[in-house]
Amino acid sequence: MSREPFIIHSGIAAPLILDNVDTDQIIPSREMKTVSKSGLGDGLFAGQRYIAGREPNPDFVLNRPDFRGATILLSGENFGCGSSREHAVWALGDCGFRAIIAESFGEIFYNNCVRNGILPVQLSQENIAGLHRMVTINLPEQTVNNIAFDICEGDKAMLVGGLDIIGLTLQNEADIDAFETRDAGRRPWA
Amino acid sequence: MPRTLFDKIWEQHRVTTLDTGEDLIAIDRVFLHERTGSVALKSIVGSGRKVRRPDRVFCTMDHVVSNAADRDRNSARAPGGDIFITATRAAARETGIHLIDVLDADQGIIHVISPELGIAQPGLTLVCPDSHTCSQGALGALATGIGSTDAEHAMVTGTLRIRKPPQMRITVSGKLAKSVTAKDLALHIIKTFGAAGAKRCMVEYAGPAIEALSIEERLTLCNMAVEFAAFSAVIAPDETTFDYLKGKRFAPDARWDAALSHWKTLYSDDDAGFDYDYEIDSADIRPTVTWGTSPAQAAGLEDVIPAGTDSNQRAMEYMGLKPGTVLNSIGIEGAFIGSCTNSRISDLRLAADILRNRKVADGVRAICVPGSTAVRRQAGEEGLDAIFKAAGFEWGTAGCALCFYAGGETFAPGTRVISSTNRNFEGRQGPGVRTHLASPAIVAASAVAGRICAPGELPDVA
Ligand code: SF4
Repeated sequence: MSREPFIIHSGIAAPLILDNVDTDQIIPSREMKTVSKSGLGDGLFAGQRYIAGREPNPDFVLNRPDFRGATILLSGENFGCGSSREHAVWALGDCGFRAIIAESFGEIFYNNCVRNGILPVQLSQENIAGLHRMVTINLPEQTVNNIAFDICEGDKAMLVGGLDIIGLTLQNEADIDAFETRDAGRRPWA
Repeated sequence: MPRTLFDKIWEQHRVTTLDTGEDLIAIDRVFLHERTGSVALKSIVGSGRKVRRPDRVFCTMDHVVSNAADRDRNSARAPGGDIFITATRAAARETGIHLIDVLDADQGIIHVISPELGIAQPGLTLVCPDSHTCSQGALGALATGIGSTDAEHAMVTGTLRIRKPPQMRITVSGKLAKSVTAKDLALHIIKTFGAAGAKRCMVEYAGPAIEALSIEERLTLCNMAVEFAAFSAVIAPDETTFDYLKGKRFAPDARWDAALSHWKTLYSDDDAGFDYDYEIDSADIRPTVTWGTSPAQAAGLEDVIPAGTDSNQRAMEYMGLKPGTVLNSIGIEGAFIGSCTNSRISDLRLAADILRNRKVADGVRAICVPGSTAVRRQAGEEGLDAIFKAAGFEWGTAGCALCFYAGGETFAPGTRVISSTNRNFEGRQGPGVRTHLASPAIVAASAVAGRICAPGELPDVA
């Protein structure tokens, strides 16, 4: 259940510079066809990526020849807002994305990324506009090319270590047991 | 030291602080639905792990279930949807959690039935892999939407790792005008702050206008907190809350008094500090409808669509609208009353009052789907179903229905729909469907007028 660690990653960065790209756009509900976490890549951005008959839409950034094989996505404010569907992150992962760089993120989406080995990076609009095709992210150093970014220690440790969050928390099982015993005395109705 | 309501609940649930700076927070209730819960349950079973407290996990079927009157236990409203239903049922049985199945008397949309059954309670922590879990903060619970992996985490460990979010208080002073509903208040707030305006804060709604709201109205308001990027929303529990919960199926029974005295300690102390503290004046709030593809793109019914930014431009293209158009001049072809925002009995009563002895305009397809089987039953007892049907509304069985497009039935591309739901994103109700968010009162009036319309604009019925 552990994931590929995120240390240093260089890849093609595809610009989808829009605000409020919601998870319905990242993967439309109708594309969530399986009761499983894999096999969702085909539905990624389906509303924009395909035209009639599921032909690739030549205008959509991920279909443009220079951005084929992109592993980094650039976007605007509030990326991944909306529905909590983790399928959005699974679909991005399925298509090979390792990092999303945006001005800000939807809260649930951000956490979902970290849980699945995808690095969400928050940068200013100016800094994002300055990124061109090939981008290098160094997570231990917290840089994108040479620009510094912030990330909380817990999220960083999870990504760098490729850790499984449930296994990690189970190391605190004794604390959890003790809390439950205390709590049952304090809030017996709960 | 003075503490906020949220500080109190947080401290009561903090198992420990991890060396990563996150807190390990105990989770009292997990709620699942067939759309995202099936993956989480299957993954737990597949990994050989166990649900720590199955008695604290609840699951219902709402997202892809059919809304036809004659549905059976596996009927889905989208092709292939039945696998979510059958897989969830099987995994729920295997893990021993509470299952509220399609044909059960208590079935309904998760955020409608959780309060209705007394599962959400003041001071509890409650999570669900569904972004509108924030609705349940209306009862004074710390309720928030999470992803599937975090849902697995909560079920297996009984906890979540969370960085404590910053806090915002929005005080609504004065008294809402009679024509202004909780939905108008929610849209007004989102429009004022912007779609990212709550900055991941825990938002506490307070003030006289909030205290005057019923629980159903508070649920509508808190429901939309995620639409302006709040971590969640909460309202301090009060007598309205306690009266509402008394006697509910999963509310404390034998231990009611102990619970009640605890609940009465759940409020923000006088001098408690918030990272952001705002006040909104009720007098500034009018009936509000969205015109764009973000809930923040909203305006009063008699206002015009603003010109401006690139994203406004893109939204207008999708919506087929031009700047300068007055909102209540826009014709509609669809009307939907339903969803976890506005499908409770008070919403249906409000709409039925407007629809009584009136008819839906020619060329408008109007649909009402009660939020729960109990609401549907109650509406039947009060004769509301007859009013809806006589007006020309279709009358569905409980579930999320046309709140989102699941791949099955929808309106035709390009159809303009006035809807009591919470999201107007591109394609949310179907490919090319244009959604205008509004209160159930405005949806009902607009269905009758065939254009966006306030109830007060309709001619009197003979
Ligand atoms: S009614 Fe709509 S918003 Fe509410 S839970 Fe269902 S799909 Fe989500």
